[in-house]
Amino acid sequence: MATMTIAKAINEGLRASLKSNPKSLLMGEDIGHLGGVYRVTDGLIKEFGADRIVDSPLAESGIVGTAIGLALRGYSPVCEIQFDGFVYPAFNQITTQLAKIHARSHGRLTVPVVIRIPYGGGIGSIEHHSESPEALFAHTAGLRIISPSNAHDAYWMIQKAIECQDPVIFFEPKRRYWLKGEVDVENAGLSEDPFKAHVVREGTDATIVAYGPLVPVALAAANAAIEDGRSIEVIDLRSISPLDFDTVEASVKKTGRLIVAHEAPTFGGIGGEIAARISERAFLHLEAPVIRVGGFHMPYPVAKVEEDYLPDIDKILEALDRSLAY
Amino acid sequence: MGSTQLPPGTDETLAATSAAVAASGEPVEMVQLLGPDGKLGTDPVFSDYAKRIDPEKLRVFYADMARIRRFDQEATALQRQGELALWVPLTGQEAAQIGSAHASQPQDYIFPTYREHGVALVRNVDLAELLKQFRGVSNGGWDPRGNNFHLYTLVLAAQTLHAVGYAMGIQRDQKLAVAGESNDPKAAVIAYFGDGASSEGDVHESMVFAASYDAPVVFFCQNNHWAISVPTEVQTKVPLANRAKGYGFPGIRVDGNDVIAVHAVTEWALEHAREGRGPVLIEAYTYRVGAHTTADDPTKYRELAEEAAWREKDPLERLEKYLRTEGLADEAFFDQVQADGDELAKYVRSTTHGLEVPDIRDSFANVYAEAHPLIAEEQAWFEEYSAGFETEQEAAN
Repeated sequence: MATMTIAKAINEGLRASLKSNPKSLLMGEDIGHLGGVYRVTDGLIKEFGADRIVDSPLAESGIVGTAIGLALRGYSPVCEIQFDGFVYPAFNQITTQLAKIHARSHGRLTVPVVIRIPYGGGIGSIEHHSESPEALFAHTAGLRIISPSNAHDAYWMIQKAIECQDPVIFFEPKRRYWLKGEVDVENAGLSEDPFKAHVVREGTDATIVAYGPLVPVALAAANAAIEDGRSIEVIDLRSISPLDFDTVEASVKKTGRLIVAHEAPTFGGIGGEIAARISERAFLHLEAPVIRVGGFHMPYPVAKVEEDYLPDIDKILEALDRSLAY
Repeated sequence: MGSTQLPPGTDETLAATSAAVAASGEPVEMVQLLGPDGKLGTDPVFSDYAKRIDPEKLRVFYADMARIRRFDQEATALQRQGELALWVPLTGQEAAQIGSAHASQPQDYIFPTYREHGVALVRNVDLAELLKQFRGVSNGGWDPRGNNFHLYTLVLAAQTLHAVGYAMGIQRDQKLAVAGESNDPKAAVIAYFGDGASSEGDVHESMVFAASYDAPVVFFCQNNHWAISVPTEVQTKVPLANRAKGYGFPGIRVDGNDVIAVHAVTEWALEHAREGRGPVLIEAYTYRVGAHTTADDPTKYRELAEEAAWREKDPLERLEKYLRTEGLADEAFFDQVQADGDELAKYVRSTTHGLEVPDIRDSFANVYAEAHPLIAEEQAWFEEYSAGFETEQEAAN
């Protein structure tokens, strides 16, 4: 066991993959000597050299497009997109090319590209640095989308993403980069399958589903609810695509109530998909409508008002109250 | 990336040609060896490369150009008869495609756009497989690894970045080879695109990446003068080949209807790339004699006189003149070429009729390489739904 931050855990996970897979390489802006703007790739260029830790030109489509070419040649590229709001220049390469090459080649070609994206708000940043665009990618078949919420998962999930033969978008909860946790570098344990949800807190009265940066918030809300005598179950989704509906369904059949929380706007978001599927799967078990807690339908607001925008403990508790009132 | 540069090749012709191209300044002039009159001229830089083409090879060039033109006619007819949803004709661009493709070697990897039927022919792609995409039974009918010829890419210019990434992979493989892990011959990549696609941002980014890493890639732009209805002048104010200078690598404009010049220039460019000297941009100056696709109507946007002027520069006619004048091919040869073309047309026509319509289950199977619960769930639903119709049918019987 080792204690480390999420950023360090990703760094160590990347290091482990670079060591075990000689065809793996990292590419992105400022990831070499600087070690990335969040230092997630710190020190790797010294260890693995500039051919494997590639400081790229400042061009996101170029990063993903050339990564696809490297993958076609047998490499396992891991791209870093510097910030969530800068992934859009690469949107075409990700959605029309990366996601479809396996299908359009009748399964003959695989493109095991990983795209790391620091995402989400709460860091007081300027515009385009606090977004949660996961739903835009979840709508695209051919992609897998995962997001760790703790250091142990971060260490193992990045390695599993690199091993995966499908393209994986790895959303990193940037405001949790410095969150420390225990990492077992010997045994993945429950982290073995990055596409399964985890029940991280058991309860009987309601279920809160969250992922990435909101998992600690959901857990804090569940703890606060104890004061009102409520027993709340919390699920860390971990994977957004595929989405582990089985685990959510089992929990809802136990608790009868479901809150889904994410930073992304609720309209057209992952929460809506979960609500629809769970309504179909567990309609007769639901005591209340599925309630979503998320961002408003607006461009991510300026930093000085982001507290009003972001889901927090109180917003989740308010949703719990509404659910339990049925 | 300075440490990743491979030692440039030492071949004298290659070195002299690369130096001459670098010194030639603005490439406003066009490399041409075989003129529309069928007379073979000289070029101070590329005649050495043209001399490598023996008469037998010239006959192969002609035969391939004729066969692919015949194929093009047949595919157009198949579309007109409702057998294909769409066809993308190449007529007029045979020399650009056949000449460049013949300069490639088996270990080179080729990223076409969607009009490179001539390149596909030279790379031994089964042309019936190629028609699958246009018949709506596949989005990529052939195995790209079999002939190192990638699937067609319909999103303009996206493949130019894949080409550069692939070339970056070759560079890394070559380093591993130096370390004794492989004996593969040196390889390069060709990225085909057109004058319209040259405006796409991905072309810019691919040239930036290629230049930064000295990637072994040849950008082969077929300037066919029309991006559907928009003329090249709307895409660029300078000859497209000149853009290479801005990226810091050589750019050449070649007569795209002169198969000898195209072959010579491409052969040099590929050697230049394989030997670690970095990328090259070739602008093959040619003309799309037909429509953009079978859904297009060129009479709406261009003059017939322009088409007629380009027909005077026809790539097949000029080579035929040369072969006849020099006594390099007799009537029997041309008869045989025509017979081979008809045979090919017959083959694709009969095969197209028989192309198997796929099952939606194939689509389920290939969305992901690894197991995916949503795919399994949706397919299970579909099976149950379909079985319901069968049960109804049985009940009705």
